[in-house]
Amino acid sequence: MTHIHIKHGRIIDPANKIDGVGDIYIVDGNIAAISNPPAGFKADTVIDATDKIVCAGFIDLSTRLRDMGHSRKGTFKSETRAAASAGVTTLCLQPDTRPAMDIASIAEYIKDLAEKADYPQIYPIAALTQKLEGIELSSMLSLKQAGCIAVSNANFPIKNLLILRRAMEYAASHDLLFIYRPNDFSLSNKGCAHEGAVATRYGLPSIPEAAETIALAQCLELAGLTGCRVHFGQLSCKRSVIKIHQAKKYGLNVSADVAMHQLHLSENDITPFDSAYHVIPPLRTEADKKYLRQGLANGTINSLCSDHQPHDLDAKLAAFPETESGMSSLETLLPLMLKLVAQRAISLEQGIAALTHQPAQILRLPSGALTVGLSADVCIFDPELTWQINSDTWQSRGVNTPFWGQTMKGRVTHTLQAGRMIFSL
Amino acid sequence: MTHNIQLNSEGKLKHFLTIEGFDKALLTEILDTAASFVNPVDGQIKKVPLLRGKTIVNLFFENSTRTRTTFELAAKRLSADVLNMNIATSATSKGESLLDTIRNLEAMFVDMFVVRHAMSGAAHFIAQQTAPHISVINAGDGQHAHPTQAMLDMFTIRQHKADFSKLRVAIIGDILHSRVARSEIQALNTLGVAEVRVIAPKTLLPAKVETLGVTVSHNLTEGLQDMDVVMMLRLQKERMISALLPNENEYFKCFGLTEEKLKIAKPDAIVMHPGPINRGVEIDSKVADGKQSVILQQVSNGIAVRMAIMAMAMQHNGAMA
Repeated sequence: MTHIHIKHGRIIDPANKIDGVGDIYIVDGNIAAISNPPAGFKADTVIDATDKIVCAGFIDLSTRLRDMGHSRKGTFKSETRAAASAGVTTLCLQPDTRPAMDIASIAEYIKDLAEKADYPQIYPIAALTQKLEGIELSSMLSLKQAGCIAVSNANFPIKNLLILRRAMEYAASHDLLFIYRPNDFSLSNKGCAHEGAVATRYGLPSIPEAAETIALAQCLELAGLTGCRVHFGQLSCKRSVIKIHQAKKYGLNVSADVAMHQLHLSENDITPFDSAYHVIPPLRTEADKKYLRQGLANGTINSLCSDHQPHDLDAKLAAFPETESGMSSLETLLPLMLKLVAQRAISLEQGIAALTHQPAQILRLPSGALTVGLSADVCIFDPELTWQINSDTWQSRGVNTPFWGQTMKGRVTHTLQAGRMIFSL
Repeated sequence: MTHNIQLNSEGKLKHFLTIEGFDKALLTEILDTAASFVNPVDGQIKKVPLLRGKTIVNLFFENSTRTRTTFELAAKRLSADVLNMNIATSATSKGESLLDTIRNLEAMFVDMFVVRHAMSGAAHFIAQQTAPHISVINAGDGQHAHPTQAMLDMFTIRQHKADFSKLRVAIIGDILHSRVARSEIQALNTLGVAEVRVIAPKTLLPAKVETLGVTVSHNLTEGLQDMDVVMMLRLQKERMISALLPNENEYFKCFGLTEEKLKIAKPDAIVMHPGPINRGVEIDSKVADGKQSVILQQVSNGIAVRMAIMAMAMQHNGAMA
């Protein structure tokens, strides 16, 4: 019997509407009691959480660890260490591994790698179509049975709406969540920046908002037609938030997330041709950023994700349009969430819910809460601790973040996954 | 957003990547320096020893004849050694990265790169990555900038029009894909012209084009009114197959510059074109070869203006004795 006592922390657990100073008792990997110790409890480990915040471990709906196929950019070991240091206890892996996550043995192999990396709570997202080619359906049921938590076509096109319709129908038949990053590929036309003043000034191939909103509108129609549960990932613009709001109002079973960096950066923040700002969907306008923040605050957007995409140096060393898109973003998740709170965009409770309870609900996982009896996935952080992003503090192999060198406020001090300490500062 | 990367610690020209971030005084200094290379009597450009012993590499990742040739002539008139690298058919086709190409050339003790590349931002990238004693001149990057073209056009305008502040300038054609247009607009606005007007169908205009500091017209006949300078842009053939335009005939009918349409502009308007021209597509031969055309003067002026920019950049990068 392992007994862990988390002492005197400010416990914030939106799922159970708890916000107050107290203690948590963990026995054999599960939460055994809050406030008063269970009978016969004798702590093996005591964590002093005075002046710290204790919440459920974070659940990230969109992560790339780069194993398999791109281990130059990151490995299971490096990226799960980054996740643990960021307070993340559950990760959903996008299916664009190489080979793609389209057959059960690959999902099983990933689960095996996760065990070896000592970070078991990794959920692969299955490829919606074979090889992510957008043409033929993957073996979704087998993939589900092998441990995949949802289906998605990552950032690859689905050939036409008929195939998308059938894929959604098939996913719905097996009660699988479909995660969709809306993008009409013909409209985004190999662009690399938001279609607006900044792309015009720097002559960058651009992506209009309509590339996202048209694909979103089509998928919403198909969600109604097929009854498929859809989660829209990494929304980037105002009109997407409006469309999700309307869809929810009319009773569609949909949810949405936004990548954390979209709430902090806009096209105006781009240092000319600095490839660290090359992300897809692109950084849009200040108005979009503001509206996304409001969408999160009013619940239209359910959750926050990192959209972690670590890269090797070479991937970012070229002319801006030729560089690979994506940001290494696990480790900035907490401080950037706290910044939203400091800027009064959302409450601390909302921020924590968007990283814990909300994604758990979307995935229908029994986690994201500090409920007695649940697996003890816990994040303890010091909201006042400042730290600089540099090679001493950064764990991810990918240093592709525009926040490099900046001082962040708020740092994870302990991460427990099923009662095991997977990170301590 | 700043472009101080182009200036050294004393605020002097080091790289020449884009017009953005330069003030009127610096642009005027370039024009004056260029003028000093031209013999006022016969218009000839004498060879000067300013860059003797220096090595300039023309690094062209995209094909070009005119720009590369005038850069080469300019470098030779400055007494520099010139190396022409046609990378479009060389190293990168063997898989070498842009950065490796640059590193290898640096190792050959060069002093300046003149770069043309198909991707926006390539010249900035090279300027950021290259050794501190090397100057980078942008000879055209993607759809971003072609600042030496803009400067030679400013030089040409100044030969014909005394006062920039009174000028109305029309730029006609494919603004969306044009690095020339972006640099012209910035240079004209920096020099304080009264109006820059872009004239094109919506398919050839970038989003929020007015934020560049221009007025917009979709009609050539209306748009040409009151114009002192008429700049035509080259229309690439591939615009037809990507559904941006129906065909060349219709384009010529709407946006092609003919003698008749030119009459709508001011009677002393000059006609410019960065070349190479498509006769009968964006411009009628009678206009291209007519008395209001300054197209060949633009080419000639390219040498003096590029000499000025190369000399100024080398003078201030610490490499000059």
